[in-house]
Amino acid sequence: MEAEDDIGRHMMDENEIYANGGDGAGGEPQRQRPIISGEQLDVEAYAALYSGRTKIMRLLFIAERCDNVSMQLEALRMAYDEIKKGENTHIFRDVVQKIDGRLGPNYGPDPAWADAVDRRAEQRREKLENELNAYRTNLIKESIRMGYNDFGDFYYAHGALAEAFKNYVRTRDYCTTSKHIVHMCLNAILVSIEMGQFTHVTSYVSKAEQSPDAVDAVTSAKLHCAAGLAHLEGKKYKLAARKFLETGPELGNNYTEVIAAQDVATYGGLCALASFDRTELKSKVIDNSNFRNFLELVPEIRELIQDFYTSHYASCLEYLGNLKANLLLDIHLHDHVETLYDQIRNKALIQYTHPFVSVDLRMMANAFKTSIAGLEKELEALITENQIQARIDSHNKVLYARHADQRNATFQRVLQTGGEFDRDVRAMLLRVSLMKHDYALKASRKQH
Amino acid sequence: MNLNASTNSVEALVAKIQGLSGGTARDLAHLHSLLKESEDLLVSSDSTRPSPASFLSELDPSKHSLGYLYFLEASTSRPISKEGSGEVALSISRFIDACKADQIRLAPDKFISVCRRFKDQVLLAEAPIRGVAPMLIAVRKLQISSEQLTPLHPDFLLLCLLAKCYKTGLSVLEDYIYEVDQPRDFFLYCYYGGMICIGQKQFRKASELLHNVVTAPMSTINAIAVEAYKKYILVSLIYAGQFSTSFPKYTSSVAQRNLKNFSQPYLDLAISYSTGKISELESCVQMHKEKFEADNNLGVVKQVVSSMYKRNIQRLTQTYLTLSLEDIANSVELKSSKEAEMHVLQMIQDGEIYATINQKDGMVRFLEDPEQYKTCQMIEHIDSSIQRIMALSKKLSAMDEHISCDPLYLAKVGRERHRFDFEDFDSVPQKLNM
Repeated sequence: MEAEDDIGRHMMDENEIYANGGDGAGGEPQRQRPIISGEQLDVEAYAALYSGRTKIMRLLFIAERCDNVSMQLEALRMAYDEIKKGENTHIFRDVVQKIDGRLGPNYGPDPAWADAVDRRAEQRREKLENELNAYRTNLIKESIRMGYNDFGDFYYAHGALAEAFKNYVRTRDYCTTSKHIVHMCLNAILVSIEMGQFTHVTSYVSKAEQSPDAVDAVTSAKLHCAAGLAHLEGKKYKLAARKFLETGPELGNNYTEVIAAQDVATYGGLCALASFDRTELKSKVIDNSNFRNFLELVPEIRELIQDFYTSHYASCLEYLGNLKANLLLDIHLHDHVETLYDQIRNKALIQYTHPFVSVDLRMMANAFKTSIAGLEKELEALITENQIQARIDSHNKVLYARHADQRNATFQRVLQTGGEFDRDVRAMLLRVSLMKHDYALKASRKQH
Repeated sequence: MNLNASTNSVEALVAKIQGLSGGTARDLAHLHSLLKESEDLLVSSDSTRPSPASFLSELDPSKHSLGYLYFLEASTSRPISKEGSGEVALSISRFIDACKADQIRLAPDKFISVCRRFKDQVLLAEAPIRGVAPMLIAVRKLQISSEQLTPLHPDFLLLCLLAKCYKTGLSVLEDYIYEVDQPRDFFLYCYYGGMICIGQKQFRKASELLHNVVTAPMSTINAIAVEAYKKYILVSLIYAGQFSTSFPKYTSSVAQRNLKNFSQPYLDLAISYSTGKISELESCVQMHKEKFEADNNLGVVKQVVSSMYKRNIQRLTQTYLTLSLEDIANSVELKSSKEAEMHVLQMIQDGEIYATINQKDGMVRFLEDPEQYKTCQMIEHIDSSIQRIMALSKKLSAMDEHISCDPLYLAKVGRERHRFDFEDFDSVPQKLNM
């Protein structure tokens, strides 16, 4: 009987599916997949990937979010050192407050340094202003542009982001070549990302892309990353994934003031897993040679995508679980981790049940390393949202695929639509009658 | 002298009635105008004169309906004592039974006021059930066609409600109304009709009627619409399981702005219903209990709560093939599996779900809807629906044609068009003489 064949066949598949990763029963030839438990984040190595202001912000974020005191102090220490190299006294005071003297006298408030920096800043600002005024009176476009640009850089270095943004945007009126425009756009994008205003990011990315001749491969990669980040923040995971996947390998280390190549792989991989269907996943991620370069940098993500595609769900979910702690410390990804994980898990469940007529819930619970009751609840939610077409036999703990009877459904719809039409037209005729009466009343009143 | 003269003229009137009533339509029209002229003669409040009631015995209600009507109306316009009320009610009901429809249709206002007085008497006597049957006959006689709404409809429905004769009320509600004269009658008709349907648990029809009140064109907000809106929220929750607070486009702006302000507890109830949790719903009901009671809606609110149980169980049929009674009780938040069994049993009997209960295992097996849409009855049903809808479409296009020939409409359109299209010499006259 066909049903029995199905059951026999899928029992065999089930064995392979759930006995994966680690020592499987039966001693089948195992793929050597060392399951790396996401080790605790090495703060120094992580920070080395970035430069500029984002390095400081990321370190501060880690210090804020992680529970491990030693990691916290490590991050704060590195942040302090980094800030001292720059000129931002506001953040300096913040960090000093957070350190609270825990790192010894070398990391205390350094009023001398702060004052010196502030004085220098004031002097520089005056100088820049004088220069700018001179240029403005001379009306030399290029110099004015450079003047505003310098102002923007100055404010950015001192942490006055809104001012920096304003100045960068002012250069637009004095841009003469498309290279200038692209340069302005990149600056604006950088500041917007730091400020967290991603609508600006999207608009400036599209503006920059309008002049394709000035956009070389590196810039193009940078723009793709920025656009991807904007979509990620806007919770448009599919678009974000596409943008990250289109990023060329020329990005390399050129955009460390915003994003590292590892991040491109992580964000792109996770968003793709959560939002692409199988064909897209295969063509755009797995077979994508460009993206492979990025994936090499984060082998866990590569492994987990492979596992998902080959239906080894337990190991895929295990990788995800291990990475979670570190992903929560990432400044851009942390509020999306839960959603992405849920979406990936749901996709796994749906994909698992898709090819079968009936599924034994016990085996499925093993494959997903969860209890039967919990699995039932998850499946119930998915069935209610109509993502899985099936019904659960709770007595025997089996999931049966169920395809709606088109013919009956059509009849039902027809009768229902007919009834609705009936009701609506009758209501309309009534309203017409009421309005006619009202109108006749008004007309007769006017006549009198 | 005067007394005699007036009595004489009344008698002369009676004679005229007797003479002309059996005649042609022209005779009837003549009689009608005579009666209209002699109205004040009949209605004088001079207590020395013999009351018109005494002349009633000379007239036969079935032959001289029009005249009888005038005399009856005059006699009942005087204040009636409590003892006399029973007799008056009886005489009116006999008249209604016996009168000729085409005659009374000549003087509809009088007929309506007589019937209204009848209703008042019946209510005074606290026996509304006595009025139900006569009013039904009255409504049917007054209606020119079954599509017309008369001012007596709401009075009739009110009596049915008070007497709890819902089935009789339903028989009138089954007619589709297309012509309405007075908005107030219409609102009351729909409101009372909605209440009767709720009483009979026909929630689809109730929802339809109340929807019509809420979305009817109105220039100012009225209390009927407010009360109807409250009930409409409750009925939508029972029937459709959801309530959307946005009004359809054709609702009057007055209603859109103001209705929600009066029904806040009901909107809260709708919000807690949408969460799908019994506990939230119950706590919301507890919170607003006095307000629901004050509006006399507590019974319907209780039905809303029980409908939530039903809806939750129905949702289970979509996801499970078999489920233990324990699990049903847990997911629907019932107290025990025994209660769950009772609920499921009730629903199976009412035809709301298809299932079998296996008491030995404590399992319920959910079945598919056995309707295959292959029987002769189903084909007949579909066929008749098609016919009905085609008739409706024809009606709609006929109405459209009628309005486009209506002089009032054309005048208004012509006026507005002229304002904007100077070069447009289309032959729409600016002002039609009416």
